[in-house]
Amino acid sequence: MAVDGISFAVRRGEIVGLLGPNGAGKTTTINMVLGLLQPSAGNIEIEGVDLARHRSQALAHTNFAAVYAALPGNLTVYQNLRFFSLLYNVAAGASRIEQLLGDFDLRRLRATRSGMLSSGEQTRLALAKALLNRPRLLLLDEPTASLDPSAADLIRARIRALATESGCGILWTSHNMYEVEETCDRVLFLSRGRILLEGDPKTLPQAHGAATLEALFIRLAREPLEQQAGGER
Amino acid sequence: MKLRPIIAIVLRQLYLMRSSPTRVLSMIAWVAIDIVLWGFISRYLNSVTSSGINFIASLLGAVLFWDFFTRVMQGVTMAFFEDVWSRNFINLFATPLLISEYLSGLVLTGIVTSLVGLIAMLLLATGLFGLPFFSLGLLLLPLLLVLFMFGIGLGVLASAMVLRLGPASEWLVWPIPALLSPFVGVFYPLSTLPAWMRAVGYALPPSYVFESMRSVLAGRGYSAGGLLTGSALAALDILLAAWLFTAVYRYAVRSGLLARYSAESVS
Repeated sequence: MAVDGISFAVRRGEIVGLLGPNGAGKTTTINMVLGLLQPSAGNIEIEGVDLARHRSQALAHTNFAAVYAALPGNLTVYQNLRFFSLLYNVAAGASRIEQLLGDFDLRRLRATRSGMLSSGEQTRLALAKALLNRPRLLLLDEPTASLDPSAADLIRARIRALATESGCGILWTSHNMYEVEETCDRVLFLSRGRILLEGDPKTLPQAHGAATLEALFIRLAREPLEQQAGGER
Repeated sequence: MKLRPIIAIVLRQLYLMRSSPTRVLSMIAWVAIDIVLWGFISRYLNSVTSSGINFIASLLGAVLFWDFFTRVMQGVTMAFFEDVWSRNFINLFATPLLISEYLSGLVLTGIVTSLVGLIAMLLLATGLFGLPFFSLGLLLLPLLLVLFMFGIGLGVLASAMVLRLGPASEWLVWPIPALLSPFVGVFYPLSTLPAWMRAVGYALPPSYVFESMRSVLAGRGYSAGGLLTGSALAALDILLAAWLFTAVYRYAVRSGLLARYSAESVS
């Protein structure tokens, strides 16, 4: 079982970091919130709409960007944004696309096929697509993983502003603890499908006797493995 | 159902066709080869036999009908395969898109692409070989409609199969028309077949199309009951295929297959 009995909420304007080692269940959690994977028990609500019962209405309020879900490489930047703006039933899609092309510095690439973009440019395109429908819940799975430090800093600032100005709730996974500490209001630490810890990333390390968030991450990531090894002996 | 998501599926295919002439060429090239090949065979048979049968009308007409059905089916499956090939399921099914909207988009794409193929076939068959296609008159409409409906149903069914079995099962889709053709009597009456094959043939809508076509060309008129049966069977096929696709999609969401689709799992 990839995820076992987890429960959390993302409030309006809040950025929640979903942390955990590889295989902890972060992507599984995101897939469940996106309606790509049905939980065996429990329910998911987006803006008060039950995902299982009203999938389309619930997903109209959300969007995502993930490194493992590249947009179709045989469509151009503009065609991809047009395609997804129609799928998300975005009204005045053309002007929204122009706005996002400008916001993410993609205007000069509008006629370039997405498969020809650099990984950083693809990330910017994925983020532009993720904002097409002005989501109330945004899921970002390692959104800055392939960006240089300068570009990553700009993206973090933009997403931070998005949460503050539009009240969009954001669920963010990252393995960059500096980024998490700087960006997230709250973190959930997942291990083997369960939430082990939850709290403010700035105070959580001290509260648990660790010097930094990274040190806490390493300790928590290894503890279950050590427990498992001890149990097997 | 909303209109914009349906348009999105069609528009994506039009974008791809516009940017890649090979996609348009493939819609025309195979039917052109078929028409030319069977056109010359029909012309040759007309010259060496004195049976009174116009082979241009009966053989070439049958090829044209069969290719039309194949184009419709492939129009649906190719639009679906674009999402398989570009590993787009996560992006696609994380949107508010309804399955009914997705299938409607695939069907509309099938209409557009099959019409391109049909026009190319008609131009070649009438221009090069003098196929009296329109001699069937208004009967053409129900004949094409039955084939169109069956092509849609089979295209959706094939897409459901690939969704369930994984991308590697794509090769199972291509031979489907060839597997069906002996049973539906494209080139010969169903009475030629042994009883068990005839029974299978009567369960397949195209059989009624080809029987009607031959009957009209032989001056015997057509069976309205037969065409109605063909239409009803084709409509039933569409409903069954749509139900199956929805069931497979729900299974894929329940089991996690959809999220890890590109791993080509068949578990």
